[in-house]
Amino acid sequence: MDGTADFFRWLAEAHRIDVSIAYDPLDRKRFLIGLWTTIWLSGVCIGSSILVGLIGAWLHGARSAAARGAVQVFVQFFRNTPPLVQLAFFYFAVSAALPPVTDRFGASVPLIDNVGWAIVSFSLFAGAFNVEIFRSGIEAVPRATVEAAESLGYTRLAAYRHVVLPLAFRVCLPALGNNLVNLVKTTTLAYAIGVPELLYAASQVWSEVFNVREMMVVLLLTYVALVAVLVHGLRRWERAMRIPGYSA
Amino acid sequence: MKFGIRLVLGALIAVVGTFGAAAQDTIAKIKQRGTIVVGVKNDYKPWGFLDPSGKIVGMEIELAEDVAKKLGVKLEMIPVIAANRMEFLNQGRIDLVIATMGDTAERRKVVGMVEPNYYAGATNVLAPKSANLKKWEDLKGRKVCAVQGAYYNRRVGQLYQPDLVVFPAVPDALNALQGGNCIAFLFDDTLIGSTLAGGDPKWANYEMPLASEDPQLWAIGVRLTDLDAPFGKLMKEMSVDWHKSGRLLALEKKWGIKTSPYLEEANKKHRGS
Repeated sequence: MDGTADFFRWLAEAHRIDVSIAYDPLDRKRFLIGLWTTIWLSGVCIGSSILVGLIGAWLHGARSAAARGAVQVFVQFFRNTPPLVQLAFFYFAVSAALPPVTDRFGASVPLIDNVGWAIVSFSLFAGAFNVEIFRSGIEAVPRATVEAAESLGYTRLAAYRHVVLPLAFRVCLPALGNNLVNLVKTTTLAYAIGVPELLYAASQVWSEVFNVREMMVVLLLTYVALVAVLVHGLRRWERAMRIPGYSA
Repeated sequence: MKFGIRLVLGALIAVVGTFGAAAQDTIAKIKQRGTIVVGVKNDYKPWGFLDPSGKIVGMEIELAEDVAKKLGVKLEMIPVIAANRMEFLNQGRIDLVIATMGDTAERRKVVGMVEPNYYAGATNVLAPKSANLKKWEDLKGRKVCAVQGAYYNRRVGQLYQPDLVVFPAVPDALNALQGGNCIAFLFDDTLIGSTLAGGDPKWANYEMPLASEDPQLWAIGVRLTDLDAPFGKLMKEMSVDWHKSGRLLALEKKWGIKTSPYLEEANKKHRGS
């Protein structure tokens, strides 16, 4: 470890290529916190956006016109507005309208903090797309298959869970993968409300050490790696879920 | 939108690199162009801010106008933030930085700081009276808003361990403070002082509760290659002149800033010499 740090210190002094996160403990800590924040923020948002998508797609096929209408409004609202605007709207406008709570210091603080709003905002944003993605998958399941399930005595929910969803999921996995990759990249917007994710950490470092070029390269490579891991996982999942003879 | 532009600019900085400084004499280049391009703040009242018509005005803007007048050229202003002003200068996108820039040893490696320094500030926080802050140590573990690229973030962060929430620009951080998202806003005492003195009812229940720390000189920035060239020398002369003639003290008064001991002292010193 010391050898590596010495190498980067030498690189900074001799060649002015200053990868300060490799030798400065404070910068490294900031960067690692940023990396971790991005990873768990992405993970939580991926999970909850899929959940939002599943519920939305199910309600979309509901008999109640009110439920279908509500899903439509939700999808239109979150799909047609920029995520950065949504984030600012939640953090600066909605937050102030909610009742405050008391923190451990006895001060009154907003109910949901910046990290909380980032999760809410990104989950709903990606969730709105997921609703449409799952809907496309559900509509690709042949009507005859659903009727067969119903004639076997499945309720609507049971048919959805055991027949429609498993088939639909396989159809829409590639589109879902695209949306989730976008979601991981969208988490950088949380920088605007001070969530300490990767972009925030990198900008903290470069505004003090003035190594913009180096940190930009590090940042881009880190995202390439993060997304590569996600894509790899999705591909393995796709392969594991393949049904022989059922090509989607 | 504002954030977006900054992100794009940030990316451009990385792509273009920082070796844009030309060997050609800067004064000749400015005269040939007919304009001097100055990086200024537009979110730092009353040093550089937007008036209701959208024009950038303020104390530093008048200094930039003085420089343009002296060179007999037109003035073009480019709004900068703490995190990009030095890169803009070194790329050649701007000729001069007059943007509340603190003069630190670390920054001196990257840009030329014009002496004598034209202003001085120190670090303090803006907090609601109800927060009841008494000393710097009270900030430990609390959420404190700050602005990206400010030199004191690192020092205060290490010394008092607040949970810093750093925003791209001053208005965002102030909004977050007003929304109760942080207990205090870490900033320059000069800006906090003028915000509180501005009489805006929005800040009626706020105060600057701590003792200002870490006094810091502000400097006009030129490229390192210009510092000892005619352009840097001219800026040094102008700076001496601003102190000697009382121009800075007059501007401070005009923009409603409390007279700073630093300027009074510098005025006496330069008049005496």
